[in-house]
Amino acid sequence: MTKPSLNVGISDWKVNKGEGSIVTYALGSCVGICLWDKASLIGGLSHIMLPDSKSVAPGAAMNRMKFADTAIPDMLTKMLTMGAIKSRVTAKIAGGAQMFQTSNEKFNIGDRNVAAVKDALRLLQIPIVASDTGLNFGRTVFFYTEDGKMEVKSSTKGVKIL
Amino acid sequence: MIQKFEDLNDMHLDVLTEIGNIGSSNASTALSSMIGRTINIKLPQVMTLDFQDAIEHCGAPEDLRAAVLIRLKDEVEGMILLMVTKELAEIILNIFFQKTDIDILNLDEGDISALSEIGNIMGSCYINAISALAGLKIGVEAPVFTADMLGAIMSVPVIEFGEVGDKLLCIDKSIEIDGVCIKSNMMLIPTVDSLSMLFSRLGIV
Repeated sequence: MTKPSLNVGISDWKVNKGEGSIVTYALGSCVGICLWDKASLIGGLSHIMLPDSKSVAPGAAMNRMKFADTAIPDMLTKMLTMGAIKSRVTAKIAGGAQMFQTSNEKFNIGDRNVAAVKDALRLLQIPIVASDTGLNFGRTVFFYTEDGKMEVKSSTKGVKIL
Repeated sequence: MIQKFEDLNDMHLDVLTEIGNIGSSNASTALSSMIGRTINIKLPQVMTLDFQDAIEHCGAPEDLRAAVLIRLKDEVEGMILLMVTKELAEIILNIFFQKTDIDILNLDEGDISALSEIGNIMGSCYINAISALAGLKIGVEAPVFTADMLGAIMSVPVIEFGEVGDKLLCIDKSIEIDGVCIKSNMMLIPTVDSLSMLFSRLGIV
């Protein structure tokens, strides 16, 4: 029997080991980050909304799962406590679209999110082995921890396996 | 003084419901006269929702919608988001262009202009009503259009409000055409500062 998918909401992350999958639905300008250790089959999927936690006023309550610079290291730490080895961890990323086509730069948050995700991964020295980001459409991401496969589904472009 | 959406009390919510009622009545009258059909609106719902709940309130994340987004500026900031189902888009495009069985992911330029214009007129009527009621100057930016999964569309207001909190205030109404309820949403999504301004103009603390 296959395990049901773990569902990751907006500003959320979940980890899994071996058999099973993690899904996050309808990423728009948000970015989905799949981290995976191919030897231990430990993986995680994070759905971030914003680039930088430093935009929150110091001392104010904040959800660390919301930001690229806090969510990714936190999820990695969790994977390491489960037995993943950092030097083996690779990343696949998807999302960061600009949903409304306009020159108004307020709508460019998708690009900024993707850039922040890349920065966070560079700081952690995690290589990005596949990505499907930008453009102007929403994406649903399924991530399979048994083989590290990331399945990206969109309404207009069908399913892409990365 | 309202500093976050959680500060709203029952009186505030009643006032917002009434504002939503007046605004959306105006918007529906505009839509009704454009498409020549009887439009009813239900009493608007005013909700302070977590981001995930705000998406689920509108439907399943992967449900397809055509969306028109209008940014508000000047004394009230925020946005109006109109999300229409294939069903409602079809009614509108049938009236304008005699189209049947449309694919909302493959609309042509004429379809997109027609839907954007409907959104623009409804949005402006909504805003004019609030502006007159509260004596506030509210400007609207040009409407922008997309058709995609509703979760992906909702990521736009959610991200913008995510910078300052974890909740969205939605004043939402559903649309009924010729007595048939059509699952579509027209949402007014104001910023916290704009709400404070609105209440103070209306003489409410």
